[in-house]
Amino acid sequence: MSVALVVVSHSALVAQGCAEMARQMAPDVLVVPVGGLDGGLGTSVAAVADAVDGCLGDGLDVVVLTDLGSAVMAAETAVELLEADAAARVRTPDGPLVEGAVAAAVQAQLGSGPDEVARAATGAVPALGPVLPDGPGAGQGRGRSDVGVGTDAVTVTVTLRSPHGLHARPAALLARAVGATGVPVTVDGVNAASVLALMKLGARDGQELTVAGEGPGAGEAVAAVAELVRAGLADA
Amino acid sequence: MALDAAWAVRWARWSAEVVVAEREHLVELDRRIGDGDHGENLARGLSAVQVKLGQVPVPDQVGEVLRLVATTMMSTVGGAAGPLYGTAFLRAAKISGVSSLSPAAVVAMLEAALEGVVSRGRASPGEKTMVDAWAAAVGAAQEAEGAGADPVAVLAAAADAAEAGARSTVPMVATKGRASYLGERSAGHMDPGAASTAMLLRAAHAAAESS
Repeated sequence: MSVALVVVSHSALVAQGCAEMARQMAPDVLVVPVGGLDGGLGTSVAAVADAVDGCLGDGLDVVVLTDLGSAVMAAETAVELLEADAAARVRTPDGPLVEGAVAAAVQAQLGSGPDEVARAATGAVPALGPVLPDGPGAGQGRGRSDVGVGTDAVTVTVTLRSPHGLHARPAALLARAVGATGVPVTVDGVNAASVLALMKLGARDGQELTVAGEGPGAGEAVAAVAELVRAGLADA
Repeated sequence: MALDAAWAVRWARWSAEVVVAEREHLVELDRRIGDGDHGENLARGLSAVQVKLGQVPVPDQVGEVLRLVATTMMSTVGGAAGPLYGTAFLRAAKISGVSSLSPAAVVAMLEAALEGVVSRGRASPGEKTMVDAWAAAVGAAQEAEGAGADPVAVLAAAADAAEAGARSTVPMVATKGRASYLGERSAGHMDPGAASTAMLLRAAHAAAESS
């Protein structure tokens, strides 16, 4: 792992609980909770700075996740206290705390760098609402007009082979594979590049899943994703 | 008198004294439009600053005192005021690495503090926050310095303007910070952050007038 998470809340219990959930999803990722002040609510900039320093000292880049108002300010202030080269190794993304921490931890577990982990936290927002089939690549480098309407649409049905269902790690493996294709792919209608969206499907071992894609490269992408599902999302 | 490190220490001590004395007033202001913890948080932070100052020899430079104030407040205030005042004093400290402040240096210190508050809280004047007091103080300090005032008179102008800036928040409807949750109901009350800013800048001036 190259990225550690620092979870900041006004409440020590919120920070600890959130870190507990993130660790369960990503057992090899260092997740440090920071919250509370003198046994009550509050955030100490110094405590955030110490936590970030500790992670940096261990050679890890750091993604700091925060909940509300002054926790955000405390995190940003802590980063301002760092030397420039250290600050360059820290990210403070926006995002919902619990969902963002889980998504970020899963991403960090995959060995991703700080930018990718931070994006996972930020991206945890749309994954909670109705999910649209516009995966990575949409809007960047490839215009929407490239995606033919009603053309090149590919749909494949596969059976999930994953003993514990589509939980965090197989979902993360699948999301990463979809992300790597650069083609918008959905599984049962949700964005397959989103770890959280896949987890929310609650798909179980043996369940039929519909993998769909549209536009240039969709055939190969869908086939690759379907094969991965069929093969049992090994190592997960 | 010179605005040196000894002045900065007095400023910090007097800030603590005035905020502790006015704690209930700040709590009451914050209770009306916030979560009621501003006076408590600030009194705790500045009392910690007082303790800290008693443990170290008076530094040579103004900036070193301001840095100590910044880092202590950051770790002890707890609420939004910690990062806000912490950043203000930290930015002010960075450009105050001198043995005493010229009139231009006083202006620069206040400008740096305002910039810190704005960048941390992302608020602009007119949104019923401490920015209204800081911005008024900076404007008045610039004017006084331009008119050839000495450092103490620059601080006096800043303190007067900060108090006027705090009063100007009374009729405002908050659009930033916790008070913005109240919308129209936030009007009619002074912003507690602007009120405490005025107290701190008044303390800065008072500390300069005593010797």
